[in-house]
Amino acid sequence: MTDTELRVSKIEDGTVIDHIAGGQALNVLAILGIDGGSGEEVSVGMNVPSDRLGRKDIVKVEGRELSQNEVDVLSLIAPAATINIVREFEVVEKHRVTRPETVAGVLSCPNANCISTADEPIESRFDVLEEGVRCTYCETIVRESIASHISAA
Amino acid sequence: MRHDHLISAKQLSRGDIETVLDRAAEIAADPGTVAGRHADTLLGLLFFEPSTRTKMSFDAAMKRLGGDTVDMGSVDSSSVKKGESLADTVRVIEGYTDAIVLRHPSEGSAKLASEFVDVPIVNAGDGAGQHPTQTLLDMYTIRENAGLDDLTIGIMGDLKYGRTVHSLAHALTNFDVSQHFISPESLRLPRGVRYDLHEAGAQVREHTGIDDVLDSLDVLYVTRIQRERFPDENEYRQVAGEYRIDADLLGAAKDDLTVMHPLPRVDEIAPDVDETTHATYFEQAHNGIPVRMALLDEML
Repeated sequence: MTDTELRVSKIEDGTVIDHIAGGQALNVLAILGIDGGSGEEVSVGMNVPSDRLGRKDIVKVEGRELSQNEVDVLSLIAPAATINIVREFEVVEKHRVTRPETVAGVLSCPNANCISTADEPIESRFDVLEEGVRCTYCETIVRESIASHISAA
Repeated sequence: MRHDHLISAKQLSRGDIETVLDRAAEIAADPGTVAGRHADTLLGLLFFEPSTRTKMSFDAAMKRLGGDTVDMGSVDSSSVKKGESLADTVRVIEGYTDAIVLRHPSEGSAKLASEFVDVPIVNAGDGAGQHPTQTLLDMYTIRENAGLDDLTIGIMGDLKYGRTVHSLAHALTNFDVSQHFISPESLRLPRGVRYDLHEAGAQVREHTGIDDVLDSLDVLYVTRIQRERFPDENEYRQVAGEYRIDADLLGAAKDDLTVMHPLPRVDEIAPDVDETTHATYFEQAHNGIPVRMALLDEML
């Protein structure tokens, strides 16, 4: 374990998201639906030195293992992130995020006239582009502030 | 051509387009070749927005093929008024008909409908999205008047919300066509359409005035700038005035320039253009019948 990771305490069970681009930790928390109001135990390191990224953010969430959907969206704003699943203080799984071809049910289309925002029995769905994402229904491309389009958890 | 649904012009290859246009030309030359070919076919017309040309020409095309149509009627008199979802509406109608022609005010509506039914869905306009059957009749008109290769076209007006423009621009990437897009800054092509054109290898040449390009054009495709797109009446009037063409302006154009418009026009093409050899928009509207007959014949 590096000195950087020791700046915040180890967690017993949960997820450590490492190698987040510097300054994106709050957006990662937004993706996870964590706003501090629901009592999760969370540690955040922002803009700490990193060999790989220069500066990076780290998020540690006690008592929660991320779903594939959450990891998929995370990959859009933190493509270099590594996910560490911790059980009884040991890292039992460690993997890098990979960009999925599509993300479903996580982002909402910013086009108010898109059928996916109407009261229809479908999930929102976005194709992942080289840069940004594209609504499968109305084909609107979203490149900026993807985290702000995350559907309410 | 073999597609279960026609949702977007992006589905159409050069071969698909030529197949429909060739068939349409055969039908136009001799409508009797297809009489009665679809005698047992019932086409559902679901128009959630007003339409004159598209709806009537699908109705006429199906009947000229020997089939028949059933029409949902206006939204006000349908279950939609009671809050029924589009997904439910199309699932009900697919039990009544062999194919569904859908117009809806929301982008992506035809795509959604296609996910819920097995009968073919034909997108007859989804909000500011796509209008692929208009594109086929536009392509037919262009081919008849100017040819589809070695062509320079100007597309002018509301390029942001104009669904006929979005479909046409993409279909033209299948041919050797230079496209010029002429619009106010606020009504430029949307990012998604520009992305698709770049992906298709097309060059997107954008202009804010027609004077730069008018004398190089073989075809000028004019669209309506809608009043409701502008928050301010004065701003609308100013912009609309700058994107209006008349016979005087066309004096600077090539003699054989073809002027098209998907109609309805308001005042973006002055009536004095109607009397010139450039005016092709009424012929364009008439072409909706053989082209939609050809399309239905290919799809059904």
